[in-house]
Amino acid sequence: MYSEKVMDHFTNPRNVGEIENASGVGTVGNAKCGDIMRIYLDIDEDTKIIKDCKFKTFGCGAAVATSSMATELVIGKTIDQALKVTNKAVTEALDGLPPVKVHCSLLAEEAIHAALWDYAQKHGIVIEGLVEPKKDIHEGEE
Amino acid sequence: MSKLIYLDNAATTAVKPEVFEAMKPYFLEEYANPSSVYSFAQRSARAVEQVRSQIAGMLHAKSNEIYFTAGGSEANNWALKVIAELKREKGKHIITSNIEHHSVLYTCEYLEKQGYEVTYLNVDENGLISLEELKASIRPDTILISIMFANNEIGTIEPIAEIGKIANEHGIVFHTDAVQAFAHIPIDVAAMHIDVLSASAHKFNGPKGVGFLYLKSNIKIQPFIHGGAQERGKRAGTLNVPGIVGMGKAAELAEKEMDTRIKKETEIRDYLIQNIREHIPYVKLNGDEQKRLPNNVNFSFRFIEGESLLLLLDRAGICGSSGSACTSGSLDPSHVLLAIGLPHEIAHGSLRLTLSEENTKEEADYVVEQLQNIIEKLRSISPLYEDFVKGEQENV
Repeated sequence: MYSEKVMDHFTNPRNVGEIENASGVGTVGNAKCGDIMRIYLDIDEDTKIIKDCKFKTFGCGAAVATSSMATELVIGKTIDQALKVTNKAVTEALDGLPPVKVHCSLLAEEAIHAALWDYAQKHGIVIEGLVEPKKDIHEGEE
Repeated sequence: MSKLIYLDNAATTAVKPEVFEAMKPYFLEEYANPSSVYSFAQRSARAVEQVRSQIAGMLHAKSNEIYFTAGGSEANNWALKVIAELKREKGKHIITSNIEHHSVLYTCEYLEKQGYEVTYLNVDENGLISLEELKASIRPDTILISIMFANNEIGTIEPIAEIGKIANEHGIVFHTDAVQAFAHIPIDVAAMHIDVLSASAHKFNGPKGVGFLYLKSNIKIQPFIHGGAQERGKRAGTLNVPGIVGMGKAAELAEKEMDTRIKKETEIRDYLIQNIREHIPYVKLNGDEQKRLPNNVNFSFRFIEGESLLLLLDRAGICGSSGSACTSGSLDPSHVLLAIGLPHEIAHGSLRLTLSEENTKEEADYVVEQLQNIIEKLRSISPLYEDFVKGEQENV
C-alpha cells in the first residue's frame, strides 16, 4: 500500500529528534485521531535560511514518512521558500500516498507553518502569507 | 529471520492438510449437486448430512437445528433479521452489547431504521457485560438478546450460561455470535440455554466462505434466502459441499484436540503476556485476564500508534493486528477498545496477537525481543513520549 520511498522514510526517518533552543517549534495534530507532529527549526538570524530541522511524530507510517520528507525539503531553504513546501510537494517527493493517508501530508505542511509562526512570534516579525496555525494541541496526559 | 510468524489467527487460520485432503474429492470426483436424485448425488448429500450431525453433536444440538451459511457475518445477519421478523408481533426491543462484531452492530442499526429499538449494554474495563444491567434492560416487548460468546479483539469470554438462563426465564430468544469461540472452547447450547448461534469455519482451520447457524427447532422461521428447497427451505442455494466437508473435518479435529490445544495455547499466551509486561514499560493488557480466549493477547503500548507498530513487526516477519484508526480506514480507533474505557491515544497504540497451537515459546521470545526494539524506536520519535519524559523529569 505504501511506495518504496514512504517505507524508506518510515523505517529510516531523517532528522528525528529535538533542537535545543530552537528558533521555532510547532506541534499539530490530535492524539484522538492518532496523529501528532512536532517540528523544530533552527533559522539563521541574518540569512533567514533554515539551517536545521528536526521532528518527532506519533502516528502511522505515512505520518512518520511525511514528517521525515518535510524536514528534508525545508532544510537549506529560506523562510519564504519553506512556506511554499506544500503537502502536495511532500506527497510527490514520496512518490504518492494512499488516498486515505493524504491528510498526513497536510499535517506536515501545518507543522512547518506552526513552527514558522512560533519563530515569528518569538521575534516579533510578520511573515507574509503565514496565518496563525490551529491551536497547538496539548497532549500531556499523566 | 525469513520465517513467517503468524499471530493473526482471530483474523483467519490456515486450513489443515487433513481438512484440505478431505475437501479435495468433493471438487474433483464427488462434484454432484446434493439436491439431485441419482445415487452419485446421494454421496455428496450424505457427506453434508454427516457434517450436520457432527457439528450438532459438538454443540449438544440436533442435526435439524444446523443451517449451513457462507460464513459468520451471514449467520449473524440471518439470526437477527429472522428473529426480529418472527417476533415483531410480540415486540420490537432487542438487547445487545457495544462490543459486538460489526455484522451484529450494523444489522441492529438496520433494524433500528425498520422501527426496532435496540439497547446496547455497556461493558466494564475488562469487556464483560453486567448481568444486573441486562436484567434491568429487559422489557415486556424484548424479543431478542444477542451477546457474543467471546470478543474477537480482546478475547473476553462473556457469561453465556448466565445470560442464557436469564433469557430463558423471560421467554426471550438468545443468540450468541460464537465465531471466535466455536471449536476453540466447549459450547453446550442445551446447558447454556442458547437458542441461536453463529460460527465460521475459517476461524478453526476450515476453509473460508462457509459457516453455520444453529437455530433451536422450536423457533419456526421464514426463509432467509428464497429460491430453493435447500436447508429445509430456509436458505436457498446449491450447497457448498467441499466447504461444508472441510468445515466438518476441521470441527472434528478441533473437538478431538480441544483439551491439548487449550492447554498449549494458554501456556504460550500467558508466557507472552508475562514477558511483554516484564520487558516493556508503559503497557496495558486489554481484556479479562481469566475469562479469556486461550489464544488471545491484546496490549496497548502507550505513546505509539498501532499501524507503525504493525509495519515494523511485518518487517520482522511477524503478522499481528491493531485497533488503531489507521488500520480501520476511519479516524476512530476500535469501538471495543473505546468501550472498555481506553482513551483514544491509548486505543491507537493497541496490538492484538492471536495464537495457533503451532506457535512456540521460541517464537514468543523472538516476538518480545522484536517488540522491545520496535517500541523503543517508535517511542524515541514520539512527541507524546518526549512530553511524558519531560513531565517525569520536572516532577523529580
